Amino acid sequence: MTDENQYTLKEMMAIAAAREIRDGDIVFCGTGISMLAAMAAKHISAPNSIIFFETGAIDSQLTEVPMAVGDSRVMNGAAVNGSLADAFATMQNRITGGQVVGILGAAQIDCFGNLNSTVIGDYDHPRVRFSGSGGAADVGSFVSRTIIFMQQQRRKFVPVLDYFTCPGWIDGPDGRKQAGLTGGGPEMVVTDMALMGFDDITRRMYLKGCYPGIEPEQVLDNMGFGIDISRAEPVPGPSETELVILRERCDPQGLILTNRRRPPAG
Amino acid sequence: MNTSSDKVIGLAEAIDTFVVDGAHISIGGFTINRNPMAAVYEIIRQKKTGLHLYAHSNGQGADELIGAGCVARLEIAYAGSGRFAPTCIRFKKAVEAGRIQVEDYSNYHMTLRFTAGAMGVPFLPTRSGLGTDIVNKWGFSEEMRRGDSRLPDRKLHVIDNPFNGWADTAKVVLVPAINPDVTIIHVQKADPQGTTRIDGLPFADVVQAKAARHLIVTCEELASPGSLREDADRNQIPFFCVDAVVHLPFGAYPTACYRVYDYDPVFLNRYREQAETESSYRAYLEEMIYGTCDHAELIEQIGKDRIRAIAADPDTGYAVGLDRR
Repeated sequence: MTDENQYTLKEMMAIAAAREIRDGDIVFCGTGISMLAAMAAKHISAPNSIIFFETGAIDSQLTEVPMAVGDSRVMNGAAVNGSLADAFATMQNRITGGQVVGILGAAQIDCFGNLNSTVIGDYDHPRVRFSGSGGAADVGSFVSRTIIFMQQQRRKFVPVLDYFTCPGWIDGPDGRKQAGLTGGGPEMVVTDMALMGFDDITRRMYLKGCYPGIEPEQVLDNMGFGIDISRAEPVPGPSETELVILRERCDPQGLILTNRRRPPAG
Repeated sequence: MNTSSDKVIGLAEAIDTFVVDGAHISIGGFTINRNPMAAVYEIIRQKKTGLHLYAHSNGQGADELIGAGCVARLEIAYAGSGRFAPTCIRFKKAVEAGRIQVEDYSNYHMTLRFTAGAMGVPFLPTRSGLGTDIVNKWGFSEEMRRGDSRLPDRKLHVIDNPFNGWADTAKVVLVPAINPDVTIIHVQKADPQGTTRIDGLPFADVVQAKAARHLIVTCEELASPGSLREDADRNQIPFFCVDAVVHLPFGAYPTACYRVYDYDPVFLNRYREQAETESSYRAYLEEMIYGTCDHAELIEQIGKDRIRAIAADPDTGYAVGLDRR
């Protein structure tokens, strides 16, 4: 297991995703850890990346962690405060959308990186109801690449989604084209154990690498389908610099990195 | 739509007049920002029922309307209040118990649907959702749709691009227009005639406003007649779209109102906890909503200290350093 005294798995996840963001990327952020990854990338390796939210805020200069993509904090130092229509059009637009990397999360993922964030069980009589697509289906349909955060659990990596909310590679190499979608698809899955990629030919998920102290078998034990582990290479843990930036510049209040909760008032 | 020059009325009268039982409604704002919460609470106090709610990501406002039993049918993209409730709790319970009927769309779908309503076209196309269950699975059955003249016959419709491969597109999803009976938004400024100014992100408020048959605008500041015309570039909604102007300080509380106040983390955290069981949720409703005669009394009950803590910093538009745990 990870040495908890050095860093947490949440910190590892945020940094692993931040490393995937390239300078000049337009980064579509959701709520929570994806915002931290985007903030960290801007401070570490991608100073010219652009943080952008579905609510319409473009190139936010985040100084405090937003608690939602509608938080007034996303407007801080923004270049443009657009509307929802502007934000999604930016992704659907072939010229600008090709530069967008979307960061997503979900309740379930399958081997082609398709996501469920709607229900567990039958759609008409769900056992568990989640928030629904939000902008996820839009992002998955439009942008050039996506990075997906998941918890490494058997019930979350499933052979068949209970509900297909957001398109990944659909059912393989021609899936997106057959469905009528262009653009790219999922590039990487970031879990609390490992990183997965998608094969260039088959578009199936494979193990890219495990975090320090994690073995590929542990990852497979926590998935509901098998994946190729032959290409796995060790993922380096966070550097001192990465950790300091993440903790002190991105989330000093520990709003996302820790789960501290205020006791009930009154 | 109303062309008169003075539309200022009280909130109770506005809700009583325009939000009838069974009305198709939409509310402005996004997750925990600029929801028209005073109006939501007044709808709850007046015990409106059978509402058909159209929402993109109207987290807190939608959850409270659902929790209080006002909503029968919901068309929505995202029911979450950010980190305070990644899935809105009363929404989750109502869907799992089968108490409301739900139709799922994406945020862009809902935005386009309001835009189509505002433009006066029956639908708009997008590439979003192709290949997904948002297209394939319908919450409202075809029979239900055919039997209700206020619903389009289809949830959405996929067609081949009629311009062949133009714009590198093979297929598009057509999403149907929404024209709510009433939209309610909360804004920073409006004048008595109804000219409306939103500071910061407008979310989808402007198209929601223009798509509606009736529009209630609640505002932090009632601008003097004509004063907003001095800087018309900053106004988004023409006065003739507006039916009622309600002067309502803290009208978005406990959600945020950019440049005026932040969301209240104490309220939202407590709401999340109280929403968990039927009895604690009932107690919340009795204490905070039914137990207060109007929004001013609710704000008074919250107390000066908490209201002071969320006052927006003039430079950033939010409460810098606010304890949000």
